[in-house]
Amino acid sequence: MTTTAQQPVLALTGIHKSFPGVKALTDVSLRLFPGEVHALMGQNGAGKSTLIKVLTGLYQPDAGVIKLNGETIAPRRTEDAQQHGIRTVYQEVNLCPNLSVAENICAGRFPRKWGRIDWPAVHAEARRVLAQMDIDIDVTAPLSRYSLSIQQMVAIARALRISARVLILDEPTSSLDDAAVQRLFTVLRRLRDQGLAILFVTHFLDQTYALADRITVMRNGETEGEYLASDLSRLALVNKMVGAPPDQQPTRLDSRAPQTGAPVLKAEGLGRRGALHPLDLELRRGEVLGLAGLLGSGRTEAARLLFGADAADTGHLTTDSHRGRWSSPRDAIAAGLAFCSEDRKHEGAIPDLSVRDNILLALQARTGLGLCMSHEQQQALADDYIQRLGIKTASADTPIGQLSGGNQQKALLARWLATEPAVLILDEPTRGIDVRAKEDLMDAVRALAHKADGAGMSIVFISSELPEVLHCSDRVLVLRDRRAAGLYGRGELDERSVLEVIAAEPVTA
Amino acid sequence: MNAPSLTMSTPSAPSALSRAWRHPLARPLAALALLLGFAAFTVPGFLHLEIKDGHLYGSLVDILHRAAPLMLAALGMTLVIATRGIDVSVGAVVAIAGTVACLLVGSHGLAVALAAALGAALLCGLWNGLLVSALGLQPIIATLILMVAGRGLAQLLTDGQILTVYEPASFFWLGGGWLLGLPVSLFVVAVVGGLTALLMKRTALGLFIQTVGINPVAARLAGVRTAAIVFFVYVYCSLGAGLAGLMISSNIKSADANNAGLLLELDAILAVTLGGGQLSGGKFSLAGSLIGALIIQTLTSTIYALGVPPQVTMVVKAVVVFAVCISQSSAWSTWRKA
Repeated sequence: MTTTAQQPVLALTGIHKSFPGVKALTDVSLRLFPGEVHALMGQNGAGKSTLIKVLTGLYQPDAGVIKLNGETIAPRRTEDAQQHGIRTVYQEVNLCPNLSVAENICAGRFPRKWGRIDWPAVHAEARRVLAQMDIDIDVTAPLSRYSLSIQQMVAIARALRISARVLILDEPTSSLDDAAVQRLFTVLRRLRDQGLAILFVTHFLDQTYALADRITVMRNGETEGEYLASDLSRLALVNKMVGAPPDQQPTRLDSRAPQTGAPVLKAEGLGRRGALHPLDLELRRGEVLGLAGLLGSGRTEAARLLFGADAADTGHLTTDSHRGRWSSPRDAIAAGLAFCSEDRKHEGAIPDLSVRDNILLALQARTGLGLCMSHEQQQALADDYIQRLGIKTASADTPIGQLSGGNQQKALLARWLATEPAVLILDEPTRGIDVRAKEDLMDAVRALAHKADGAGMSIVFISSELPEVLHCSDRVLVLRDRRAAGLYGRGELDERSVLEVIAAEPVTA
Repeated sequence: MNAPSLTMSTPSAPSALSRAWRHPLARPLAALALLLGFAAFTVPGFLHLEIKDGHLYGSLVDILHRAAPLMLAALGMTLVIATRGIDVSVGAVVAIAGTVACLLVGSHGLAVALAAALGAALLCGLWNGLLVSALGLQPIIATLILMVAGRGLAQLLTDGQILTVYEPASFFWLGGGWLLGLPVSLFVVAVVGGLTALLMKRTALGLFIQTVGINPVAARLAGVRTAAIVFFVYVYCSLGAGLAGLMISSNIKSADANNAGLLLELDAILAVTLGGGQLSGGKFSLAGSLIGALIIQTLTSTIYALGVPPQVTMVVKAVVVFAVCISQSSAWSTWRKA
């Protein structure tokens, strides 16, 4: 265990980083001490990845100082960071499976003799690095012969081969099973005891507590705080990750529509291997159902199964017109569902096309080829939504890629509203947009559901920000470890109890 | 977006001209105009047009006529490329369609021959579409299969011989006939191009094709039938190639399984590129591709007219293509600005 009296090997202070339309990092600080495992925790979009990219030289910060052993460094490329001994192992193992273990470890810097690769030295070098980690395997065998966990270790060995002082592990355990995680941890503890500073990015609470000495929590692109793992309870950690309770008790309960109506979408035993344990869910007319939970808890997976974006392999869905499983999103759309993905860039926007085409796309896809609207109708419809949702764009002809994140999000919301869905699934609709836009969006969501005549839309609302979920939702379903962990109705929505359910020890299957 | 500013004599009034220059068709048109200008200066009588026996003759008409098969192929290629795909089997389909038509036209009549040729092209398109959309093969690999096998198939049908057609004379009308004083081939291109443009503008097909090309994942989540769209463009491309094959064999009054439409796919890809289409898919311009096809044919015709030895022709072609492509590259315009 480290003490603060020691000199940090790596210290970041006041790091700022913006992208067009998005503030990714605001005044972020991070300290790493030699011989410690430091967990970097945070929800989706908290800024962990951006921070890692700043550290590894992939991004240059707009402001702020990075100090390595007290000296200021400014890595401009990943090679710079590597020269300084900052080594990174990414989530996806990016090695060459068809090359040997030794080749993978030494690739790029082979020991040479008379201008040729010195193979005995390559193999000896690979064995030496692996021995440091207490691993004994045949280094001449192709990497693909080994399990994912060994491949992960080889990736680490590769990173450690040349004078590593700081090892950054970006979600290294997400593809490993329990036994493999234990092996990895043994190796990491060993490396820590040898004096290496390890930055461990994860969203698994139990792994954090099993391994980390110190925890830095990030939220909304800011450093929430730095804590000793032993001083921070799970509940407190989750609280810091998902956000402090709202300042005032929301007044929404009074202005709420009367009791919501009949079920419009019912899922029974809906599940998918490796993604979600069978889940029961009932959505009533005119209600907002919030899905809360940490990253990887099954929130997004549940949303994707409800919409047919991924195929379910158990259970079935019931709507007014349909009973069974969706074979594609088209089925779900035909049954009146709509789904705004969390991944706006890859699963939402068609960047080169105009705002108008982007808004019209889902409606047009449902109508089919034959009945194309006239240009005037298209323009009128697009203009209507641009005005109603307050989308800031030069015109409906502007490519959507030129809009800010929040306005893109609104345009994608418009895409689905134009289909007049009965059920609207919103996965992280507030991610990466500014505070004002978030509030607008949440107001819009509530207004859609809570119609005076009780004929509002039914909405599934997902956010990494617990206050947002609590603020928006009539009922909240808490997910943990890819299964339902609790359902809270109106009047039972209490931040603390929800937090406790989110943070509880994982259920051992 | 970052179009380089045109070198202007009056920097005070750049708006109209520089706006026009930013139009996607501006550069292909400028390239075509430059080439035509060059040809007009160097080739005697290039611009000369005359009416003989009620038919319009001249180099310009000749270029249009000769470019017709390429324009048909380029129209199909435009849509395929818009979906991020590519179809390298165009030349092979040309050979198959031409061969089928020439085999049948003497014995079964014109209607049967045309229908069978287009039917064969349709089958080729279904095959390509199936491999790409249903089996998920990489487009270049999927269509490479037909590219390699197609010509062989055509040669099997003709026993490796060149099939010459002597009658009916009506067969020669499509590729060599005249209508209202102009080559029939021009009307075919105009009708196919017009129908395609109508299909793209008046239905949502154009929107869907672009969507699939730009972001297939988002397209699927928005409910677009991505597989059907991909399937369609390959079928359409093959049908265009089949029509081009009919035109070529009708023009040369024979089926040459070895050489008909040889490398036509490469010229078609080039035409799309010259017309401003991006191989990465997305936005497309049918008019741009037609202009691209005309650029290629003007170039070929001019080089021949100048008496450049055939061995050098390809090099000259490559140089011009290189210049046009460079002028359209975004890296070049950023570099020029800097």
